[in-house]
Amino acid sequence: MTWLLEPDTTTEKFLLMVVAVALFAGVMALILFLVDRPKRIPSWVVALGFVGVPLLFLAYGLLRPGLITLWQSFFNRNGTEFIGFDNYVTAFTQSEFQQVLLVTAAWVILAPLLSAVIGLGYAVLVDRTRFEKLAKALVFVPMAISMVGASIIWKFVYEFRPDQANINQIGLLNQVLVWLGLPPQQFLIGQPWNTWFLIVVMIWIQTGFAMTVLSAAIKAIPDDIVEAARLDGLHGFGMFRYITVPSIRPALVVVLTTIAMGTLKAFDIVRTMTGGQFGTQVVANEFYTQAFRQGNQGLAAALAVVLFVLVIPIIAYNVRQMRKSEEIR
Amino acid sequence: MTSTPTPGQAVAGSALDEDVPQTSVRKLTRLERRAIATKGKLSSPWASAIAIIIAILWTIPSLGLLITSFRPQEDIRRTGWWTVFTGDVSFTVDNYNEALYGNSNDLSTFFVNSFVITIPAVLIPITLSLLAAYAFAWIDFPGRSFLFVAVFSLQVVPLQIALVPLLADYVDWNVNGSYWTVWLSHSIFALPLAIFLLHNFMKDIPASLVEAARVDGAGHVKIFFRVLFPLLVPAIASFGIFQFLWVWNDLLVGLTFAAPDYQPLTVKIAELAGTRGGQWHLLTAGAFIAMVVPLIVFIALQRFFVRGMLAGAVKG
Repeated sequence: MTWLLEPDTTTEKFLLMVVAVALFAGVMALILFLVDRPKRIPSWVVALGFVGVPLLFLAYGLLRPGLITLWQSFFNRNGTEFIGFDNYVTAFTQSEFQQVLLVTAAWVILAPLLSAVIGLGYAVLVDRTRFEKLAKALVFVPMAISMVGASIIWKFVYEFRPDQANINQIGLLNQVLVWLGLPPQQFLIGQPWNTWFLIVVMIWIQTGFAMTVLSAAIKAIPDDIVEAARLDGLHGFGMFRYITVPSIRPALVVVLTTIAMGTLKAFDIVRTMTGGQFGTQVVANEFYTQAFRQGNQGLAAALAVVLFVLVIPIIAYNVRQMRKSEEIR
Repeated sequence: MTSTPTPGQAVAGSALDEDVPQTSVRKLTRLERRAIATKGKLSSPWASAIAIIIAILWTIPSLGLLITSFRPQEDIRRTGWWTVFTGDVSFTVDNYNEALYGNSNDLSTFFVNSFVITIPAVLIPITLSLLAAYAFAWIDFPGRSFLFVAVFSLQVVPLQIALVPLLADYVDWNVNGSYWTVWLSHSIFALPLAIFLLHNFMKDIPASLVEAARVDGAGHVKIFFRVLFPLLVPAIASFGIFQFLWVWNDLLVGLTFAAPDYQPLTVKIAELAGTRGGQWHLLTAGAFIAMVVPLIVFIALQRFFVRGMLAGAVKG
């Protein structure tokens, strides 16, 4: 029965997959069968049949590990000695980690803002044109690509070859520089601009999301409002500034906060493109390095908690904006 | 006639006397507005130019990678992919062969792994969260709203916070590295968002429908499968695509929990990028092998995806 844990061949793997799904279906069917006795069983037992397993999963796999991680963040690297807030002090005071925090801040500010600005601009520009569908699809497609895939796509764009007479550039961006008569650059190595070139990848992925949500919001603006503004003499940029943007404010907040949260947790791009070298490290990747490479559990736990704490203001802002727009309604 | 009519009044007014000037003016301006808007967009050279530049910037990088993946290894090393447009045309599928079946890479194995990981990691959380969402929406039990808010707020917990303790458990149970740990982890991490989303969809179904079934003597299980499930198919599809893309494209969970033999494609490709950064013939082909399935799913089912996204569905 070793194939249940260690399948070797493709057949065994797929067989295992079918067994797992069937097992799961069987257990759930049994639970539902047991609680399906109308009128004779109190409703909380029925409810337990429905929510029991999911709640158990969540309590076991998210709540409990979260608390353990919080606890571990106050211990040293092997978890043997209580050291209070030392890990947090390290994370916020050592220059190496301050750099990581600074780079992370750049990501969290630039990626959502630029994705939203480009997405909004593009949505407005292609709105109600003949090519709207195609134009949107082009920007939308990167959303289906993994961050690893996107990193490879862009790493190839940034590829650098030494500036010698018999060597051609194979990266598009450096070739453009050569065509313009400029020397080719090592985009992923030169600090601090390399961080910017990594953020570009995130923007490239997230703009499609921003565009879709904002475009739907724009189309939902009531015609009356637009008409009234037009009668009052608003056109072009004025219309955009005083009618479009305020009307889609709630959608804009959702887009900004969603991308900010995604950016904060994403480590794939940095890991694939530079491995966190050359001053591009971010908190999410530093966590992985500390936890699984350096084996410093205490510091890794503290970084995970920092990630969590950084999310809170974003959520708080989101909730406050939602409350505000509900009050207006 | 100066005050703004409410919709009801406007309809009644236009039905009663068709030729009231205000009504006709309204209609004219609306048509006019559309015409001007459309015309304005197409004839403004700046707007068109910016839109075209963005569209090109968003397309060219992928195009370059796709073309490169079909060029012979020697050509890739010697010249840029854009030279295929100026006469340097020769294409091959050797890169794909080497990437999929080469001795040291063998991405086909990892392709299988990605499937084996993804399918249960989509089916299991969807089933679980459908059941939970049903209970939160339609079964009255003590602590319901508290638990729902608790589940909802777990959405903000970054995965990173759960990884190390979970891994320690898997090691203790002697199951670390197996598919089981990957399926379980993905299922757990998907639940908060899935429950929240499907709950919202379920709440949109008229209560009278559920009440009617209850009066007819149907139990909760029957109501769930006979009444609600058929109505929820689009919602399930939209979340299913989400979860599929998320699991297939995931790096963190696969990297942390899966043993080297069971890792998904993303992990292997990321590793290739690190160890063979210069071998673009393998990297470009490999990257496209990893992208092709999500791209097909995404393009085929885009409609459901957009609907799910607009319902506030995004996971990071």
